[in-house]
Amino acid sequence: MDALSGTELKVEGLTKRFGGLTAVKNVSFSLWGGEITGLIGPNGSGKSTIMKLVMGLERPDAGSVQIGGEETARWAPHRIARRGIGILFQHSRPLPRQTVIENIMLALLPDRLLHWGRRSEVLERAEWIAERVGLSEVRHRLPATLSFADLRRIELAKALARDPRILLIDEPFAGLTPLEVESFSALIAGFRENGRAVLLVDHNVRSVAALADRVIVLHHGELVCEGTAAEVTRDPEVRRIYLGEEADTASAKMPRHPAPPLLEVDKLSLSYGRARVLSEMSFSVGEGEFVAVIGHNGSGKTSLFNAISGFVDYAGGLVWRGSDMRRLGAAAIARAGIVHCPETRELFGPLTVRQNLDLAGSHLPRADMEAQLDLIHSIFPRLAERRDQAAQSLSGGEQQMLAIARSLMMRPKLLILDEPTLGLAPVALNQISDALDMLRKNSGIAVLLGEQNVSFALRHADRIHVLERGRITWTGPADRFRSEAASGYI
Amino acid sequence: MWKLLAVFLLLAMVPWLGSAYLLGTLTVACYFAVFAMSWDLLFGFANEVNFGPTFLIGAGAYTAGMLNWAGISIAGSLFGGVAAAEVCGLALAVPALRLTGPYFGLVTLASVLLLQQAVIIFAPFTGGEIGLTVRDVFSADPETNYWISLGVCVLTGVVLLLLSRSSVGLILQASSQDRLAAAALGFNVAKHKIAAFSISALFSGLAGAMLVFYMGAASIGTVIDISIGVQIIISAVLGGRRTIFGAALGTLALILAGEALRPVGEIRTFLVSGAALVAILFFPDGLVGQASRLWRTR
Repeated sequence: MDALSGTELKVEGLTKRFGGLTAVKNVSFSLWGGEITGLIGPNGSGKSTIMKLVMGLERPDAGSVQIGGEETARWAPHRIARRGIGILFQHSRPLPRQTVIENIMLALLPDRLLHWGRRSEVLERAEWIAERVGLSEVRHRLPATLSFADLRRIELAKALARDPRILLIDEPFAGLTPLEVESFSALIAGFRENGRAVLLVDHNVRSVAALADRVIVLHHGELVCEGTAAEVTRDPEVRRIYLGEEADTASAKMPRHPAPPLLEVDKLSLSYGRARVLSEMSFSVGEGEFVAVIGHNGSGKTSLFNAISGFVDYAGGLVWRGSDMRRLGAAAIARAGIVHCPETRELFGPLTVRQNLDLAGSHLPRADMEAQLDLIHSIFPRLAERRDQAAQSLSGGEQQMLAIARSLMMRPKLLILDEPTLGLAPVALNQISDALDMLRKNSGIAVLLGEQNVSFALRHADRIHVLERGRITWTGPADRFRSEAASGYI
Repeated sequence: MWKLLAVFLLLAMVPWLGSAYLLGTLTVACYFAVFAMSWDLLFGFANEVNFGPTFLIGAGAYTAGMLNWAGISIAGSLFGGVAAAEVCGLALAVPALRLTGPYFGLVTLASVLLLQQAVIIFAPFTGGEIGLTVRDVFSADPETNYWISLGVCVLTGVVLLLLSRSSVGLILQASSQDRLAAAALGFNVAKHKIAAFSISALFSGLAGAMLVFYMGAASIGTVIDISIGVQIIISAVLGGRRTIFGAALGTLALILAGEALRPVGEIRTFLVSGAALVAILFFPDGLVGQASRLWRTR
């Protein structure tokens, strides 16, 4: 903000609607050269949409985006990119048959159909960029043989190719080891030294706090507050968004009594190739208990659930009602009473609500099926109203209800819910919350919840396990979480 | 590159064998190789499935045929044929390439039927279902005809191969893999796809028109019918996606196999299609892809 550096990006009154949902509501902010800004917000808060709007990948319904003083709000993305914005996508998709250096050269090519010769010049510059981001050693290898961090480096190299004045980085450190985070941070800090404007987009303040000069918080598409990382973390509104209301904590209203264990996880470890995703995790879920595993993207929640459901191989022990689960296949585990409601929902879109439920309950005797449908309709009256509607025509919240309802048709003793709040609007989120309360009241089903929405987990869970990089780093009742472990989740 | 040269030398020696029948077969094969290579540029690099290669071929062939019938020279007719293929191709591609998903393929499929109907409706000019006879042919000599077709085949192969290895080939592959990411790197994705399509149309139209002046006639059954398009697609996939060279090789293999099996009668089409299907199922990388894999693991 000093006199030396100008405003590189100015966003004013930006608004984007998708159907009835307003994903971005009247958002205004600016990026200055030589400054790192963090844009944070929970899932579904509109961060990605803002990135896409700035980059021209989506068209805004209202508002203006100015790059270096020039209005670019309705330009095609390639023109915007050439004005001086580089974007680092969260998922890297390099060309698989080309080497690292060829992938970097791609980004250096002019957008012209006739481009003969001068390859040596491009190659030279690509080599220089590879050197800068630390890819020199692997520059002649194919992407498939590289580590995750090196794949991110390729993306970084590509984003740097046109020497952008503004750099947008989506989840800069997701999936990186602490050592890699350090070297990436150094690279990003280097852009600031060079006078570039950097926007780091992430879920929470913690992940960008070390680098960001300024943090902007987004919630339900609206700008909530702006300030230094410390100021934002202290902000009562931000605390409420990330941690929920103090009163809405499960253990405050639920008496806890020692329940006989249903599922015991004993030193569970899991690796994908060389990447270790779970390290010696141990915990248990008792009958009728509600246990939440809180962790950011990539912390290992889904991998844990996949191991429990028998989808992946693991080391260590899993014990279900006193007997070892290792020999059971995925189908046998589901029949034994562990039912997995995946984050992706996996509904049969063209089929109706009722058909989706019938399919899941087709193994039940008629009477049991009716009883189960009654339970479901008492918990989710909305699904009874929508019974003849195609699943794909339901709203996000209703689809999530149907996904849970379908899991219930399998008559679980333990229901695994993987991020049921993902992408839901606040109203829908409350409906799911109410339904979970009903479910606990009307049935003795135990629930194992994986979430990064802390306030949702705190509202329901008797016990919380915090998962970081595949390890449990904190365990305790929900009411102690706020004072002891919350700082990492704002 | 040496394998290309080897295949070329092999083909260049064929006239010394003195078989007019073999020369005739290979002449047609060379034109179809051009069709298949042009198709691979779209499928292999731009990741767009053109179900209607015969739309471009037919537009070129019929336009050239009608022009010649009206008294225009072969050269002028060829030029007209290429121009027509370009105009028709771009009229189709510019709106269709804006669509994402399977729609481009569906539009191209419909275009073939459209062209076929147009030929039937305008029968006084096109000869309708009987076909169109042209006034001139390249030559009555099988050897001359062969050299002409081999020439255009090699020219197409070299141009497309160079193009696929140039920046455009790289940008095309990047856009087909992730359109948004390519746009975010500053590439006008639509421009590159349309360029690829128009190059594909150029060679398809040219070879289509030339085929007419080899055969002395154009008919729906030889240059437009859906089954011709399917044969081109199978050849290209059989030979190996994303290789250009493989498309030519696949064409050669398919046509030679068809001719070799001529004695067994009509069942040959079934046998050849069946064999091609099995080959594609077990070697999705095609003949060339499989060969280079064996080469590497040796």
